Amino acid sequence: MTLAFKPAETFRKDFTYRNSEAGILRFPFPFAEDTYMYSVNIEPHLPGGPSPAYDHAFDVDEHYVAECKERAIVLAEDPNRCKVLPHMTEAQWDTLELIMESFAKDYPEHFSLQKNGTRWSWENRPLGLKDSFTFGDLSSLPYEPFEYITRQAQGDFTLQDQRDNNLFVDGGMVTTQADWSLEFDIGMTFHEWHGPVPLAHQLGVFDRALKFLLRLQYGQPVRRLNWTMTINPRLDTSPENYPVWGPDRNTVTPENVAQKVHLRVELQTLFRLPRSNAILFGIRCYLASVAELARVEKWRKRLHRVLRDLPPELEDYKGLTRYRKLVVDYLAPFDDGAPLSRGPQPDQTIL
Amino acid sequence: MSGPKLNLRVRSIEPLSPLLKRFELEMADGGEVPPFGPGAHLRFNLQGDHQRWKNAYSLVTPPTERRRYAVIVRRVEHSRGGSAFMHETVKPGQILEASVPANLFPVSQIARKHLLISGGIGITPFLSYLAAFKSKAAGYELHHFCRAKEAEIFGHLLRDHESSRIHIHAGTEFNLSSVLSSQPLGTHLYTCGPEGLMDLVLDTARTHGWPASKLHSESFGSAHMGGAPFIAILKRSGAEIAVREDQTLLEAIEEAGFEPTNLCRGGACGECLTRVLEGEPEHRDHYLDEGERASNCSIMICVSRAKTNRIVLDL
Ligand code: FES
Repeated sequence: MTLAFKPAETFRKDFTYRNSEAGILRFPFPFAEDTYMYSVNIEPHLPGGPSPAYDHAFDVDEHYVAECKERAIVLAEDPNRCKVLPHMTEAQWDTLELIMESFAKDYPEHFSLQKNGTRWSWENRPLGLKDSFTFGDLSSLPYEPFEYITRQAQGDFTLQDQRDNNLFVDGGMVTTQADWSLEFDIGMTFHEWHGPVPLAHQLGVFDRALKFLLRLQYGQPVRRLNWTMTINPRLDTSPENYPVWGPDRNTVTPENVAQKVHLRVELQTLFRLPRSNAILFGIRCYLASVAELARVEKWRKRLHRVLRDLPPELEDYKGLTRYRKLVVDYLAPFDDGAPLSRGPQPDQTIL
Repeated sequence: MSGPKLNLRVRSIEPLSPLLKRFELEMADGGEVPPFGPGAHLRFNLQGDHQRWKNAYSLVTPPTERRRYAVIVRRVEHSRGGSAFMHETVKPGQILEASVPANLFPVSQIARKHLLISGGIGITPFLSYLAAFKSKAAGYELHHFCRAKEAEIFGHLLRDHESSRIHIHAGTEFNLSSVLSSQPLGTHLYTCGPEGLMDLVLDTARTHGWPASKLHSESFGSAHMGGAPFIAILKRSGAEIAVREDQTLLEAIEEAGFEPTNLCRGGACGECLTRVLEGEPEHRDHYLDEGERASNCSIMICVSRAKTNRIVLDL
């Protein structure tokens, strides 16, 4: 499929972000069953799966150009959204190499990478960029390598150093986060960082996930999905900006609920980086309004069931308390209670 | 887990001594070799006439080199294993299969100084360390132990590095305690070589108050993959499956045409939990708790094996 970018879409003020029909059908819908429970749903990040969003190491979709512009706006207002500690320089080059090589291989019509030893030439056609630089030489790029390349990628990224049998968040580009802050979290350990998730700690989820990640091998990335809901297609729901987006939650009415409330899915990917032995954590955010998702028969029924039966502590943690019932009421008439196929796939190819 | 595979062509073989050979390898398709960091190794799948071996060798090339890899192989005396195969059968031009580089012995990114202590062929991971330290101008000190007759060979391997930082001890007096007690704050210690040497170094360091977080030792960590072969019996179908030493129980079951549920393939998610009807599991997962392990009623087939020759599974 050739990608038609939508560079004029916005994620703030007038919120013109929309998914095309193809965009809706490729949405990485997170619910494989009618109920949801937190688990270590980590699997190998291999091409393929119930959505084309899993086909490549880093998914590029119709929102690519608009998301890169949104990132530039956030960074212009708050340059601290990108920070890397000094001992992570090697990991910065690892990240640049991984993303450039993946983009050039997976989307050759949009990106190309020429190498002549350590002299590299990079072309990003959707963003109209062309740069030559020396791999390993910080002075040869307009930004530090991690910032340079993550300004050209969708989703947030953090860099984890591994030491003392733990992982430390020692760098990141965080402009599209669901309510957590890089400023606050930098230098934290894995457990501190995941601190507030209810139930997960009791289930030992993080101990197991950490042990697993400490052994993550180069060339064998893994992925998992997480989800929450956001009012309006707003990418930047950071704690720093709470005054801007917090009040949105009070604007949902039975009339606008389907347009305003968005399911926010994070495709989280973890890559062991070869030179630094650090771990790159990609947090790619996908947004679709309840109205868009309701165009898929299976999804409108399943979303209804999952939200209707969500445990109260998760409702609270995900911040859905004010409007969950409105969404459930909106979806209820579409759900005849008929059994649905297992798995998250849409079970239809046109809308 | 067995990850992506590389086809590597042997470019050249250089004998360094009667027991040591250096192999240079390049991608069979002519492309760049995947990047790696200091301390990484390659695991080769060596296919002999009647036997297969999985041998891991440290990469000794500078991590910046993308045209080729090199490894040094010591011929294990009186052995007919993978090292003998490498020394006697492998010829230039031959294609060998290896997994992409893995690193179980990485360099600390926050160390102010690196203290390296190696013995014999245990020098190999440090050859990539030294190349990396050189390009970063990092502080280090290397002590290498070897037999007198091999001192010259190792001296030759280390010739490109600052001689004031490199100490080869071939039967000469050496005071480990004084080296370990006189390091500046922020020094990390790495050791690789015969087990006796590594134990001595680590024990002495602990006695001198070194914290565990600053001690690093190389173990090729085959813990996850291989182990003694055994037979798995799937109760429901009656299938008898021979699990080879170089594959996981899950891989062997899949090879036999079954598709047990699994997800992470690394012992963390719990998906592949299987009931054990007979036999004793050797648990290697992070999922089961102590009680569940001790009861021997369950096994995570993606990583765990059997202690007994035979294990019967509810599959
Ligand atoms: S597949 Fe996840 S524990 Fe075995």
